[in-house]
Amino acid sequence: MADPEIKSYAPHHESLSAAVTESRPAKAVLMIVSFAFLGIFLLLPLIVVFNEAFAKGFSDYADALTSPDTRSAIYLTLLVAAISVPLNIVFGVSAAWAIAKFEFKGKAFLTTLIDLPFSVSPVISGLVYVLLFGAQGLLGAWLKAHGIVILFAVPGIVLATIFVTFPFVARELIPLMQEQGNGDEEAALSLGANGWQAFWYVTLPNVKWGLLYGVLLCNARAMGEFGAVSVVSGHIRGLTNTMPLHVEILYNEYNAAAAFAVASLLAGLALVTLVLKTLLEMRYGAEIAATRGH
Amino acid sequence: MTNPHFRKLLGALVATSVQFGTLGFAFADTTILNVSYDPTRELYKQFDEAFIAHWKAETGETITVQQSHGGSGAQARAVIDGLDADVVTLALEGDINAIVEKSKKINPDWRTKFENNSAPYTSTIIFLVRKGNPKGIHDWGDLVKDDVQVITPNPKTSGGARWNYLAAWAYANAKDGGDEAKTKEFVGNLYSHVPVLDTGARGATVTFAQKGLGDVLLAWENEAYLALDEFGADNFDIVYPPTSILAEPPVAVVDANVDAKGTRKVAEAYLSYLYSKEGQTLIAKNHYRPSKPDLVPPEDLAKLPEIKLITIDDPLFGGWKKAQPYHFGDGGIFDQIYKPAQ
Repeated sequence: MADPEIKSYAPHHESLSAAVTESRPAKAVLMIVSFAFLGIFLLLPLIVVFNEAFAKGFSDYADALTSPDTRSAIYLTLLVAAISVPLNIVFGVSAAWAIAKFEFKGKAFLTTLIDLPFSVSPVISGLVYVLLFGAQGLLGAWLKAHGIVILFAVPGIVLATIFVTFPFVARELIPLMQEQGNGDEEAALSLGANGWQAFWYVTLPNVKWGLLYGVLLCNARAMGEFGAVSVVSGHIRGLTNTMPLHVEILYNEYNAAAAFAVASLLAGLALVTLVLKTLLEMRYGAEIAATRGH
Repeated sequence: MTNPHFRKLLGALVATSVQFGTLGFAFADTTILNVSYDPTRELYKQFDEAFIAHWKAETGETITVQQSHGGSGAQARAVIDGLDADVVTLALEGDINAIVEKSKKINPDWRTKFENNSAPYTSTIIFLVRKGNPKGIHDWGDLVKDDVQVITPNPKTSGGARWNYLAAWAYANAKDGGDEAKTKEFVGNLYSHVPVLDTGARGATVTFAQKGLGDVLLAWENEAYLALDEFGADNFDIVYPPTSILAEPPVAVVDANVDAKGTRKVAEAYLSYLYSKEGQTLIAKNHYRPSKPDLVPPEDLAKLPEIKLITIDDPLFGGWKKAQPYHFGDGGIFDQIYKPAQ
């Protein structure tokens, strides 16, 4: 499984080798160290996850994944991602557009704000929503009076997920859009396009690979988030447990095989993300090079 | 904040929330949520099934019982913050009192609503040690021997942990003839033997049994037997210390929530059923001590030997209302004595 990947990197090594001056043994040592490190700290745990998941055989694995509580956790996780990722695309593109394409007061502040979820612990990200929407929180009484349920239900989980995944799309797009500048859009406008057309036919195609890349990372995090979601979930079985939370519950119930079965789905998601990301990087790298060429 | 776009955005968000908030409950029959503490998962899994069948036979209605488990203190906090529990079945009275005081969702006279001060079963704290008891742990005093590592969760978040702490306190108090300074020193010394404080009882059991940390686990009696069942009796031994504490995990209907949802009748019947023959037998089968042992077949009681148990209402502690702030409140005794292990 590892072989084709190593081969796919080979051309890069060749093109770089002229500029690299290390001796052959030094190169070999560096490579061995890197592979050993990744093997022990990344590959081995991954193998353990799948090994544990199938420890009691395939039918137990299938049973674990089709139990009602697990199915509901999978459904909830997909639902949360299906809501939070599109919203983050809208927010991310808007924020990146605002920051990259025009000047305004507070731009530096907005940029910092976008990075906030990266620097805040996920537990805090969850707790702010408890303080805001909890029964004792700032908006708690108003929400209750209007019959709106946010905390310990799907909306709270979605909000917490949006919070922690916000930077992914915006952070990908900002440097790309900044680099591309306003030239293409100005040309489109001068040729009679309206603002929407300029966005749809000029800006979006220019950033599509970066956007896709951001969406991919955003989705992986949305499905995998534990800390923030744990705080706002309420842990109601079959109702507000996402897959990561369900893994913990199963593990705490001494049901290790089922816990690892669910974990293997998350690990599978990570692998798919990794493959897509690698493919996109190849494509996206070329795209950036092309924009630079203009 | 006054930006109209922002307000539109917020409006859209709230609208989405409303939709999904109602979605979850739109197609359920009567559903009640039992917010419970950590080690009761197995008990309530069986009890919920029994009650659902009982209720169906009694009324013809099909109901759903949802479960949420976590550290007792953390679960109480969630109910205070708005987790929509119909009933709470927690590890200790202090946690239900916290809901009473901080949210007023439970009426202050909740202890009078069900038999035996609303405690359908009692339990106690015992020791789970490695097979053959290699460190020779038989009493609380053995826990502070030089080479002994003790696993117990954090009393700030775990109900079981508070019972562990109080049981140790009671032992030291008796040993030192009521000298509080010495008692404090003993309990402080005990916690210096704890390498890690988990947030809940179940986490501590996993730490001890699955991760293999520590020489002795201070455990709920039921949790210790469960660990034997799950991990095999050839790995661990149960040790009954000569004295321990009588834990009375209480239950209560969350009045404000059931009245808002119209589920009071089911919620009350659910908790009452804990006192029935079937409820009490399930309780005994899961290694809790039934509050009405005469309803239970004797063979299910045989495993639970009698040891000297001190109650929280003993003058030493003066009840939960006094003991909770004194020992576990901010700046209380636990805060004074606990220093993370070196």
